[in-house]
Amino acid sequence: MTSRYAARRRRNRIMMGLSLAATLMGLAWLVVILAVLLWEGLSGLSLAVFTEMTPPPGGTGGLLNPIVGSLMLTILAVLIGTPIGILAGTYMAEYGRYDKLTSVVRFINDILLSAPSIVVGLFIYEVMVAPMGHFSGLAGAVALAVIVIPVVVRTTEDMLILVPNELREAAAALGTPRAFVITTVCYRAAKAGMITGVLLATARISGETAPLLFTALSNQFWSSNLNAPMASLPMVIFQFALSPYKDWQMLAWTGALIITFTVLSLSIIARALAASRKP
Amino acid sequence: MVDVALQSDLVEAYGVAARAKAFNRLRGIDVFFVVLIRAAALAVLVILGGVIISLIDGSLPALRAFGFNFLVGERWNPVTDRFGALAPIYGTLVTSFIAMLIAVPVGLLIAVFLTELCPMWLRRPIGIAIELLAGIPSIIYGIWGLFVFAPFLQETLQPSLIAVFGNIPVLSALFAGPPYGIGILTAGLILAIMVLPFVTSISRDVFDAVPTVLKEAAYGIGCTTWEVVRSVVLPYARLGVIGGVMLGLGRALGETMAVTFVIGNAHRVSSSLLAPGTTISATIANEFTEAVGDLYSSSLIALGLILFVITFIVLAIARYMLLRLERRIA
Repeated sequence: MTSRYAARRRRNRIMMGLSLAATLMGLAWLVVILAVLLWEGLSGLSLAVFTEMTPPPGGTGGLLNPIVGSLMLTILAVLIGTPIGILAGTYMAEYGRYDKLTSVVRFINDILLSAPSIVVGLFIYEVMVAPMGHFSGLAGAVALAVIVIPVVVRTTEDMLILVPNELREAAAALGTPRAFVITTVCYRAAKAGMITGVLLATARISGETAPLLFTALSNQFWSSNLNAPMASLPMVIFQFALSPYKDWQMLAWTGALIITFTVLSLSIIARALAASRKP
Repeated sequence: MVDVALQSDLVEAYGVAARAKAFNRLRGIDVFFVVLIRAAALAVLVILGGVIISLIDGSLPALRAFGFNFLVGERWNPVTDRFGALAPIYGTLVTSFIAMLIAVPVGLLIAVFLTELCPMWLRRPIGIAIELLAGIPSIIYGIWGLFVFAPFLQETLQPSLIAVFGNIPVLSALFAGPPYGIGILTAGLILAIMVLPFVTSISRDVFDAVPTVLKEAAYGIGCTTWEVVRSVVLPYARLGVIGGVMLGLGRALGETMAVTFVIGNAHRVSSSLLAPGTTISATIANEFTEAVGDLYSSSLIALGLILFVITFIVLAIARYMLLRLERRIA
């Protein structure tokens, strides 16, 4: 009897020890990755990184053109994707909450949310790059927008569903048309959550590389022409990290540090914003 | 009198007309708004339809040329224009399998820790830290894997695996060949780290949804924490855990950049996990922009189609499981 009891306790202790170990291991990965990034990235960080163009092999330079390219692509993608995402989410939460269409769209949207991003790149290549005959920043932005849309749809729907019905009823009782109830009352009530969604989407696309491979491609030189190939940080990291040149690899690490820092701060801000809404 | 009456009639008629006009305008806006947002909702469907149609359209030349052999052919030769997708499919499945083999138990254990053992005030910070792992862009995992993780494995894990399993009949084939550092095993391990937060956060959420009464009842009859987890929490949360695992698997199958850096890009099916290989996404990422000739790029798009079909099925199962769970809780 006692031995059985002891065996049960021992097994419990082993499993709980393992779960503690698993947690420590998970945290250790985060620490190791961030530490390596800081170590390798900081050594190459200087003002020149933000003021000079990407260098030829062996030369000196910075990451100005990919940084600007990334900013342009990301902002454009968010500008294209957010309105579509918000409107679609509005339909699902406000008009068709119990529709067949809504459940189909929700299902498809959830699949798009985790679909491989390289497939999105192939899709935009087929519908934009191949007909136009050349790679372009615009195609890259559209590819990223396709990734933004499902994220925004999801958060918009979730947030609008949380808006209490009494608010809508009160506004409707004043004679407000439905479109205005939604745009002036519901959107305002769900604002923080919807902004969180947009921030999360921005965080998600600022590190995306795969959709840019066959759309925006990359550019060794300064270009703000959306109709031409455009440099972006992830693409330059990809290209430089796999090169045999030491100084290119160092710039890749610095770029990696910049991206990770941006993405992590965006997602932390988004989380803080979402948490501040919950009492 | 007449004047006044006339005037008030006029005013009234004007007022009614103005009101009707205003109402009509508002109704117009309302109708326009509904049309607009319904179009946006349909746009989501159109995107998916567009993805499927463009992939099928793009891959037709390759599928016509090779037929079913495309799926089972191992040779991938751009020079002779012969393409078979077996090696990338094999690499995709094996790396994802390795990733899930590690990430599922570890993720579940972390979820157990977060819901049963961890002090309340630490739960949120640790949960967020694990989820931040999911936020790190995949290219960062790639560069880290290539410069730090692969050399580390080459010096430590891989030689010891070769030493330990080298003389065991079946397992020696799995760990044959020199330790390159990069290869299928390394890619699988990095995928495991990337998938871990997905498994963890969904498992934690479904563990949290287990009614406290059930757990308390089990504790009340003298169960240990592990017995409560194994016999009460896990069976209750089964659907959600499977959903979370499938979601992670979907992510692992389609992951591109991290794998491209460390897989080694060799088109062959090798029994050894230490050998370089390739995956569907890595092949597309590496070769698409340099693909010369219609058949070559069409074959790569066909690979994309295969990847999309596989992940679509996996993700659909995941969503179905999670949907059933939601309904049961509601």
